[in-house]
Amino acid sequence: MNGLDYTILLITILGIAAYGTWHTRGRHTFKTYLKGSGDTHWFVIGISVMATQASAVTFLSTPGQGYQGGLGFVQFYFGMPIALIIIAAVFLPIYQKLNVITAYEYLGQRFDLKTRLLGAAVFLLQRALGAGLTIYAPAIVLSKVLDWPLNATIIGSGLVVVIYTATGGSDAVNATQKYQFAVIFAGMITAFVLLLVHLPRGLTLSDTLTIAGGMHKLEAVNFSPNPGQRYTFWSGLIAATFLMLAYFGTDQSQVQRYLTGSSVRESRLGLMFNAVFKIPMQFFILAIGVLLFVTYQFERPPVYFDQVAWNERAAQNDSRALRDIDSRFTVAHDREKQELQAWVDARHAGDAAAASAARSAALQAHDQVESIRKEARLAVDPNDKRNDTDYIFITYILDHFPHGLIGLLVATFFAAALSAKSAELNALGSATTVDFYKPVFKPAATDRHYLRASKAFTIFWGCVSITFALCLSLAENLIQAVNILGSLFYPVMLSLFVVGFFLRPIRGTAVFWGGLVAQAAVLILFFTVPDNRISYPWYNVIGCAVCVCVSAVIQFVLRSAAPARTV
Amino acid sequence: MTSDPKPSDEKTGFPGLRTWRGVYTFVLITFALWIALLVLLTRMFS
Repeated sequence: MNGLDYTILLITILGIAAYGTWHTRGRHTFKTYLKGSGDTHWFVIGISVMATQASAVTFLSTPGQGYQGGLGFVQFYFGMPIALIIIAAVFLPIYQKLNVITAYEYLGQRFDLKTRLLGAAVFLLQRALGAGLTIYAPAIVLSKVLDWPLNATIIGSGLVVVIYTATGGSDAVNATQKYQFAVIFAGMITAFVLLLVHLPRGLTLSDTLTIAGGMHKLEAVNFSPNPGQRYTFWSGLIAATFLMLAYFGTDQSQVQRYLTGSSVRESRLGLMFNAVFKIPMQFFILAIGVLLFVTYQFERPPVYFDQVAWNERAAQNDSRALRDIDSRFTVAHDREKQELQAWVDARHAGDAAAASAARSAALQAHDQVESIRKEARLAVDPNDKRNDTDYIFITYILDHFPHGLIGLLVATFFAAALSAKSAELNALGSATTVDFYKPVFKPAATDRHYLRASKAFTIFWGCVSITFALCLSLAENLIQAVNILGSLFYPVMLSLFVVGFFLRPIRGTAVFWGGLVAQAAVLILFFTVPDNRISYPWYNVIGCAVCVCVSAVIQFVLRSAAPARTV
Repeated sequence: MTSDPKPSDEKTGFPGLRTWRGVYTFVLITFALWIALLVLLTRMFS
């Protein structure tokens, strides 16, 4: 990065933050701080919902996922349109009618205080850990750009987000998210176009697609019924529907986004906007990863994309071993490149037999390259708890993009991180104040007191998430880690609401214990059953089913005589 | 508990899609089209 990049980066980030503060000046009461002013247009809601989910993690990590695993990850979003329709038709009108600030208020009205606290506690735990993960993304960018240790950049970028959120609140998030998203999208489209324009010499788009397809990167849909495979049509359509229902329907960081609408119509249309555009957006970002993959088959990439970690390791007296891995990687990569060129040449000559033989040879050479990359990974971390795929896209940007554009794209990642993180922290602060502090500790304080408490809780959760991020070591890439974490806690959150909405005879005590049993079942599943037997998306279905069944059985045993409360 | 929204909220505001059922159907058709295109892409290049 040069002076121009830093200037663009600073102007973009400071401009967004300043606009958010100016736009929301003097408008903060307790309720508007938490819920916004309630006059948000559907398009802004739609962008806000999308930007909250599509954090910097999405833009940084998803191309890496596309590079490594191809387009198959898009199937994970197949559940989203169905889930959003259910939320728009069932969940949303109830939330609006009850005029709740947090989703867990509904649990208190439908069941009892302990069930409300259970829902809020599971949310707080999950979201605080999730916030620890999302803080990683801007830290990775900073670490790469400034060549600083990751821990220093985690603390730095984390504190910026905490201050921004605590001073601005929900309205500031909403007011700036559409501009942040514009920056993000401009950056991603530019990246896509530049990748297409700078395809390796002699390679047509058709060659690129053939190579990507031949190396299994274009397998977008897989109809395998095997629950051990993470991303299939069925896990996307069934299991991910449960996950998306939980995330969009019960996670306060999302509920808070669409409850800012002035009417059910605005909120519904905001959700439908996401139902239509999320799949093509994810496809597009994964496609960037696939293009990166093809580009790096013809151009030597670093053997390990996290060069800061690689150099740190080299400084610890391992430099000879690392140099050996690096030189073997160069040889293997050269061989793969030659085989791929032979494949392309045979294709252009119309020699199908030679093309097929060259493809097999290229696949073998690629296996060799991947095996050396794995050696490199183990050399950096013998416990294999680190992953470098999150660094792929940012490496390409810094190495290939013209100055000015680099600044814009780095600003893009920051903007995305700022939106998602501030929405998360805002939701954590709201839920702690509304669901714990107010009903349990301070039921009759002034509005001003709650506003101050909410800001204090926002700062508290920001510090918790920074601390968690500092303790974390990721074996998965960020986008998968976020979804795995969600799948450990969302089943219980969702099932409390499912029972509340659809199983009216079940009361608070039954669903409370049902929820605890389901949470234990999901955690046992996660720690005892290998992922290749039951992959994580299915936890959402299993956990929800366990909670519903156990609650029904407990209710039957209790034979509660009192009539169900209605709200 | 009822989940009926206010009558004014029932209007979608879109000329071609006047009911929410129509909006949901449109979303599902778009979803089905995306899946069809993705299946086609998979079949063409695998």
